[in-house]
Amino acid sequence: MTFSERLDATFTALADPTRRAILARLASGEASVLELAKPFAMSQPAISKHLKVLERAGLISRGRDAQRRPCRIEGKPLADISGWLESYRQIWEENFQRLDALLEELQSPEKKTNPRKGKRS
Amino acid sequence: MTKTLTVTTPSDREIALTRVFDAPRALVFDALTKPELVKRWMLGNMGATMPVCEIDLRVGGAYRYVWRSPDGSEMAMTGTYREIARPERLVNTQRFEAAWLPGEFVLTTTLVESGGKTTFTCTTLYDSRETRDKILRSGMESGASASYDRLADVLAELRR
Repeated sequence: MTFSERLDATFTALADPTRRAILARLASGEASVLELAKPFAMSQPAISKHLKVLERAGLISRGRDAQRRPCRIEGKPLADISGWLESYRQIWEENFQRLDALLEELQSPEKKTNPRKGKRS
Repeated sequence: MTKTLTVTTPSDREIALTRVFDAPRALVFDALTKPELVKRWMLGNMGATMPVCEIDLRVGGAYRYVWRSPDGSEMAMTGTYREIARPERLVNTQRFEAAWLPGEFVLTTTLVESGGKTTFTCTTLYDSRETRDKILRSGMESGASASYDRLADVLAELRR
């Protein structure tokens, strides 16, 4: 998967309250499908379907133990998402730092710049 | 520092930016709506310039921004103003003139002044979650981040 496709998969996986609840549960330790199904009014196959989506997004991994196949949470995709929001933030941070400098200049009487020459309502 | 920028996603179709500026809100409003001021700061982080910045600040009036990056590629954004209440509130639509970023968005900007400082909040409502995610991703792709997997693709798209 490309980075972009990975983000799509991560966001799709996170866009569901049951899957977010599953992740929240797994944040406190690994669990089997049966254990995960318990708090939800859902069949085991329905939970398994959710787990597949989470697994595809790389948000969880499944143990190799054929009987139990415990699920555990994986941190990498979540770290990608926070990095992705962070870079969006950085672009605006740079814009706003320039705006800070501009606003300071506009408020300093020594500067010749006359931004207020336009009509003011 | 109080000048921290916060980026939040209030719903799955929105992105909100909040930032405090050390200036009265009338001045911040002007910096958001006067072409000679806008083109001095709304430049992103790739060394771009804004050769075109046209603003018809009337309800129903249009604006158009064109950015030019150092390699000569250009990107344009347009929209119209829906509500203008200087100096406290501005609502406008926004659309990129780029095939890879379709859709029209609605931006609601509010300026709250207290003790000579202005709290700026701009909430963008996207037509779908997919569009919002694309926008956030475009931040990743054009930003100075280590994860540049798709940057080459995007630059190629922009050059077309």
